[in-house]
Amino acid sequence: MTESGSTTTGTLRVKTGLAEMLKGGVIMDVVNAEQAKIAEDAGAVAVMALERVPADIRAAGGVARMADPTIVDEVVKSVSIPVMAKCRIGHFVEAQVLQSLGVDYIDESEVLTPVDEEHHVNKWDFAVPFVCGCRNLGEALRRIAEGAAMVRTKGEPGTGNVVEAVRHIRAVSDEIAWLKGLRPEQLYAAAKDLQAPHELVKWVAENGKLPVVNFSAGGIATPADAALMMQLGCDGVFVGSGIFKSGDPSKRAKAIVEATTHFEDAEIIARVSRNLGEAMVGINISDIPDAERMQERGW
Amino acid sequence: MKVGVLALQGAFREHIVTLEALGASAAAIRLPEQLGDITGLIIPGGESTAIGKLMRTYGFYDAIRQHHGAGMAVWGTCAGAILMASEVLDALPDQEALGLMDIAIRRNAYGRQVDSFEADLDLQGIGDGPFRGVFIRAPWIESVGDGTDVLARHDGHIVAARQGDLMATTFHPELTGDPRLHRYFLDSIIGA
Repeated sequence: MTESGSTTTGTLRVKTGLAEMLKGGVIMDVVNAEQAKIAEDAGAVAVMALERVPADIRAAGGVARMADPTIVDEVVKSVSIPVMAKCRIGHFVEAQVLQSLGVDYIDESEVLTPVDEEHHVNKWDFAVPFVCGCRNLGEALRRIAEGAAMVRTKGEPGTGNVVEAVRHIRAVSDEIAWLKGLRPEQLYAAAKDLQAPHELVKWVAENGKLPVVNFSAGGIATPADAALMMQLGCDGVFVGSGIFKSGDPSKRAKAIVEATTHFEDAEIIARVSRNLGEAMVGINISDIPDAERMQERGW
Repeated sequence: MKVGVLALQGAFREHIVTLEALGASAAAIRLPEQLGDITGLIIPGGESTAIGKLMRTYGFYDAIRQHHGAGMAVWGTCAGAILMASEVLDALPDQEALGLMDIAIRRNAYGRQVDSFEADLDLQGIGDGPFRGVFIRAPWIESVGDGTDVLARHDGHIVAARQGDLMATTFHPELTGDPRLHRYFLDSIIGA
């Protein structure tokens, strides 16, 4: 937090506030300026600048790292909407580099190979806000305790299969509903079970929601997938490989944007779902060896 | 009196919650035909490009202009203020604004997200002390026409303005829990 005169930057409210402004929108993975323009023209609320989309990271194997700063610069220069970029879990120097490049949000992401198997980045150290993945309420609250200003359910990235995204938002919602039914003295034990700070557990029990915006990620490939996640209670969606690994990225991107806004209107979802061309080829989760499941990364 | 909040994308829920806490009837507007019985419309913060594209696809530009012509008051916050302007500086080449208000507004005027900030504002017409302004990748109003009143400035830049039944604020009152500007919109603009 920096104060000069009556002006204060880097506050939690301006960090969470940007996420509030992204709600009801679609954040799209892009690997160059051309894709970033397509995403912006389609109505994306932000883009995620990457060297490779998750499906290609999965195919390539090996260690996946922060994108080359040249790619991040190229994307930042090419669009007027917010630009996000990913650092590896625990890699606070990659985060420092991304902040210096002027990105608007950092995703401390399980899509890349973690560098610390115990600690995430201390996100309070940064003026730039962070988004982190979660599979359940405890994981979400641990990330928020570390300073995340936004969370996203993880799903299973690069699969075009939304089953894990559904599992994770249902887990978060069910645990919030459970907390709401507890008496104050039970929240201490609940905090122990969730492995999350009591203060945040108490806040969720009292307010019946997460303290920050929660998007859905990992496997969304169609307009109906996006609307499904919205109806299940997500605030917006990330679409990674689902757009630029499909037959007609521009048309599919627009359709997913419209379905995310009109997520309760089946007639609109039907209309925008027509003639979109090939969706990305999906992967069944059971075909992915345990060690290659990205969602398991993060602690 | 029923107030609509354009709910295509962005922080529309917070506006609805604030309006309802003040006892007003509020509705999320996703299609132009839902503007029928609305006496005031809030265009919320969000991404002005994304909201603008959805407005175009669903025919909101003409609908909002027509309803405003028939007496509907309009208040835009941040992205909403951009969409209301007669001139948008640093806009995308094909970015369309409603042109309701005689203001020139500059997108992302302060820079990127690390430059987003909070500051206390003195708002003309709003009593009981300063108003906390939350500015997120905010625009500023570069100039206003003769019939437009400046309601607040920050560091010399115009951040709130009113022109009859139209109001533009470049910050986010819906994120602070302070209902004074919503009260002002209900009582002094829609109710005027």
